[in-house]
Amino acid sequence: MKTFPRGGVHPSDNKLSRARAIEELPLPESVNIPLSQHIGAPAVARVAKGDRVKTGQLIAEAVGFMSADIHASVSGVVTAVDLQPNAQGLRQPMITIRREGDEWAEGIDRTTELVRECTLPPSEILARIKRAGIVGMGGAAFPTHIKLSVPAGKRVEWLIINGVECEPYLTSDHRSMLERSEELLVGITILMRALGVERAAVGIENNKPDAIARLREQASAYPGIRIVPLRVRYPQGGEKQLIAAVTGREVPPPPGLPIDVGAVVCNVSTTLAVYDAVQKNRPLVERVVTVTGRQLREPKNLLVRFGTPMSALLEAAGGLPEGEVRVLNGGPMMGRAVCNLAAPVVKGCSGITVLGGTEARRGAESVCIKCAKCVSACPMGLEPYLLAKLARRQMWERLEGEWATNCIECGCCQFTCPAGIPLLDYIRLGKQRVGALMRARAAANTTKK
Amino acid sequence: MMVLLYTVLTLCVLGVLSALVLYLVARQFRVEEDPRIDEVEKMLPGANCGGCGFAGCRGLADALVGRDDISALYCPVGGAEVMKSVADYLGKAAPEKEPQTAFVRCGGSCAKRPRTNRYDGAASCAVAASLYGGETGCAYGCLGYGDCVAACNFGAIAVDPETGLPRVDAAKCTACGACVKACPKNIIELRKRWPKERAVYVSCVSKDKGAVVMKACKAGCIGCGKCEKVCPFGAITIQSNLAFIDSHKCKLCRKCVNECPTGAICLVGMEPLLREPKPAAAAEGAGRSEAAATKPAGRE
Amino acid sequence: MANNLIVAPAPHVHGPESTRRIMRDVLLALLPAWVFSVVLFGVPALAVTCLAVGGCVTFEFLIQKYLLRGPRTVGDLSAVVTGVLLAFNLPATLPWWIVLVGSFVAVGVAKMTFGGLGCNPFNPALVGRVFLLFAYPVQMTLFPRPEGQMVDAFSGATPLAAVKAHAVSHTAVNYQDLLFGSIPGSLGEISALLLLVGGAYLLWRRVITWHIPVAVLGTMALFVLCVGLCEGMRGEELWSFPLFHLLAGGAILGAFYMATDYVTSPMTCWGMILYGVGIGAVTVLIRLWGAYPEGMSFAILLMNAVTPLINKYVKPRRFGVK
Repeated sequence: MKTFPRGGVHPSDNKLSRARAIEELPLPESVNIPLSQHIGAPAVARVAKGDRVKTGQLIAEAVGFMSADIHASVSGVVTAVDLQPNAQGLRQPMITIRREGDEWAEGIDRTTELVRECTLPPSEILARIKRAGIVGMGGAAFPTHIKLSVPAGKRVEWLIINGVECEPYLTSDHRSMLERSEELLVGITILMRALGVERAAVGIENNKPDAIARLREQASAYPGIRIVPLRVRYPQGGEKQLIAAVTGREVPPPPGLPIDVGAVVCNVSTTLAVYDAVQKNRPLVERVVTVTGRQLREPKNLLVRFGTPMSALLEAAGGLPEGEVRVLNGGPMMGRAVCNLAAPVVKGCSGITVLGGTEARRGAESVCIKCAKCVSACPMGLEPYLLAKLARRQMWERLEGEWATNCIECGCCQFTCPAGIPLLDYIRLGKQRVGALMRARAAANTTKK
Repeated sequence: MMVLLYTVLTLCVLGVLSALVLYLVARQFRVEEDPRIDEVEKMLPGANCGGCGFAGCRGLADALVGRDDISALYCPVGGAEVMKSVADYLGKAAPEKEPQTAFVRCGGSCAKRPRTNRYDGAASCAVAASLYGGETGCAYGCLGYGDCVAACNFGAIAVDPETGLPRVDAAKCTACGACVKACPKNIIELRKRWPKERAVYVSCVSKDKGAVVMKACKAGCIGCGKCEKVCPFGAITIQSNLAFIDSHKCKLCRKCVNECPTGAICLVGMEPLLREPKPAAAAEGAGRSEAAATKPAGRE
Repeated sequence: MANNLIVAPAPHVHGPESTRRIMRDVLLALLPAWVFSVVLFGVPALAVTCLAVGGCVTFEFLIQKYLLRGPRTVGDLSAVVTGVLLAFNLPATLPWWIVLVGSFVAVGVAKMTFGGLGCNPFNPALVGRVFLLFAYPVQMTLFPRPEGQMVDAFSGATPLAAVKAHAVSHTAVNYQDLLFGSIPGSLGEISALLLLVGGAYLLWRRVITWHIPVAVLGTMALFVLCVGLCEGMRGEELWSFPLFHLLAGGAILGAFYMATDYVTSPMTCWGMILYGVGIGAVTVLIRLWGAYPEGMSFAILLMNAVTPLINKYVKPRRFGVK
């Protein structure tokens, strides 16, 4: 069975909501829709306080090259366009809509009937994807229309669909693959058409045999699509790891991109959003979010409109447990801790994980015993113990020489460290500083020329 | 006996030979250097704090000797005294810079700024700042993990366990600026140093709107602008909901301190003014305090 | 807003590993061989182990309490492991005060002077042993015969020493004795088989990786085989030559337990292999042509010194870098 070449860890998978069908969360009374739900420039609001909007209506427009459109996720009245605290407690521009009913904008097909045929030219497909405001829904939130625009001189050989979901706890992609398998396959053919590739591979970890079986059975009707079962190992779902597992090719370090080895990777949820946008003219206004945790009464997979406060999701899953808890936007390996439960669900939020009890706090830190477990766990061939040490000593230049920028922040090193050293905390800091250093150098070089 | 003799002789010969080799090598590879650099380095404090912008005192000494115009070079630790003696020695014009002290512009102590969550990551402000807004509702305030303390070479800054905020010991502070650079929230500022460590400054850097600030912290600047109006010297400006007192224009008249509704303006080393009952006396009062402020060292 | 939210950077979960667990695994792995040597040598073996462990733990505790004033790390069991490994390197009849001196050198000098766990450049137990070997050569090379054994051709001297002194040929050595421990020697070198069992446990628990033991033992075997060929050995004489060197002396103990010490061994796979090859080669050099019958401890200490250099120049293969 295929997998990526080196490193990785095996956290217990805790897929509590594996067997729970996707439920629709009742619409909230009001939503807060951030203008920046993606990598790149924030969108610019096209509505003002007092405007009436319909579900699916464009409310903020992309500006510049790297940006994405944003649509109203409910119908109602815009009550504010103002700064609101996000999940990290930082204030960001958001559009607040007070909900009145659920009236959709014209031209959106809301039926669940499968539309298989797609004869649009690639440029039109890309235009529709851009119009729907689709971004990578695996967590990075990279605007999808940019990812699918192949730069001149590059050739796409592989379209890889990421159905790995290697994060413990999360099951949203798993459930989507089971419940919307046909739509997913149509979505893949649309992406293949947009990219002009002949073959696509769906990478799925072996702990989802039902999804593998279902997709295998149906994929026979779709030429060029192959289902690739992968050995269970974190971080298989990392873009670079998945490409290496499926094609055997390694993406070069930054600024290298998957396209440099002829691959484009799309997440399962993103592919379904592409299907909705192209076949149903339906913009991205909702997504499946796993709400999970050992202490939650009912871990669930919920279909949630963007802008819904996270607290509403937690309520639906039975409410927060007593005592100290860590609430994560995402899974336990790469998710970001939330300090504001009123913060809205955004496009990149694949799950809300609640860690309570002894899991809420980190263990004590002791000294490095140089056991080299971090070195063998690193999927990128780095030496985390050294990177963390250099970052603590603020030796940014040496960090650069040790390939700190190649770190994908998967957290394997810290997960495995027997001394409980916060390796990634420091490596991430070092990476940011090295990035700033490199940008400053590049800027100095351009001004010199 | 002979063994002893041989041993001594061999060792002597070896010693002489090694000395010869060392001497020859040293002569061959000697680097000519201006001897004045060593002298200047001796005059500098030798803290190697980097406050001058060079990696260490040697770097500054090298530049002081090498450059004709040394007005851009300054050792914040040694101050005017050291710079003058160096300039005298080199026969150049001494660079001048007014003495400064670091100020921590956050008054959000544990009592005034309630916690909304608890941080459990690496104990570093830089790490916490890149993760999120902080343990309280204020995303601008001090995080309190002491990056500034670690950066200070002079032991002049320490986190007060009671308030959770760093405190600068003005007597030890050399204004090298290491803490200013280390603070990811840009809270620490170098301000003009008055005699007897007197100071008036806005102890807040929050750019949030007043209502938001009030909710998060009882000691924050809400940008109401009262201080700006009352300042007779135009030293106070309000920008993005935040008052700032220019330490060069401020004459320590203390009027703003009484006006501030949240107590965000900090007064150090002085008694506050008595509240004046009549606003009509403002102009007169301004004149008086200006006269007083021009020679602050002469009073008391 | 809830005041009980905990915020920290990712990752938010941690694996089961801890320093204490690793040290416990090492102790467990050493247990069978230790029990065997206590059965064989009786109370003196027990006394030497207790003294060494007690000495190491006490010295670490005292130094941390009165000299370093840092955090106490006695609880992580690393001092216990050092003590047991030191005891494994000593003859059972060693006077009690020499054992204490050894544990003081191991923990006080080789470990704590460099800053304690994780900072020592040399394996503490081996520094202790080598110090004792130089300071008390007579006591350190007087090995008791296991009780209740028949008088062998080389009683009193270890098989290695006997072969080295040309008292016997290596073909005359009984391999069952080497495997099962009916030979004179220090506590830990008498039963290769039980040490191998412990080594397998460490590999299974992923406390150690295969790289160092395989590199050490492989290099030794190859090297000895080549020497045998050059000396014109043939047939059984040739084949038993490397086997003898692998099973006799501290080869197994060194390869599985001493050379794999985390702190003093390299961090990358290729680094570990290089390090292991170095240990194997130096060991054979000392055994065959050096002044001492056994060279494992010297070889490991020598390669410990090279470890920082290996760490600097042997890097893992970076993902995506050609």
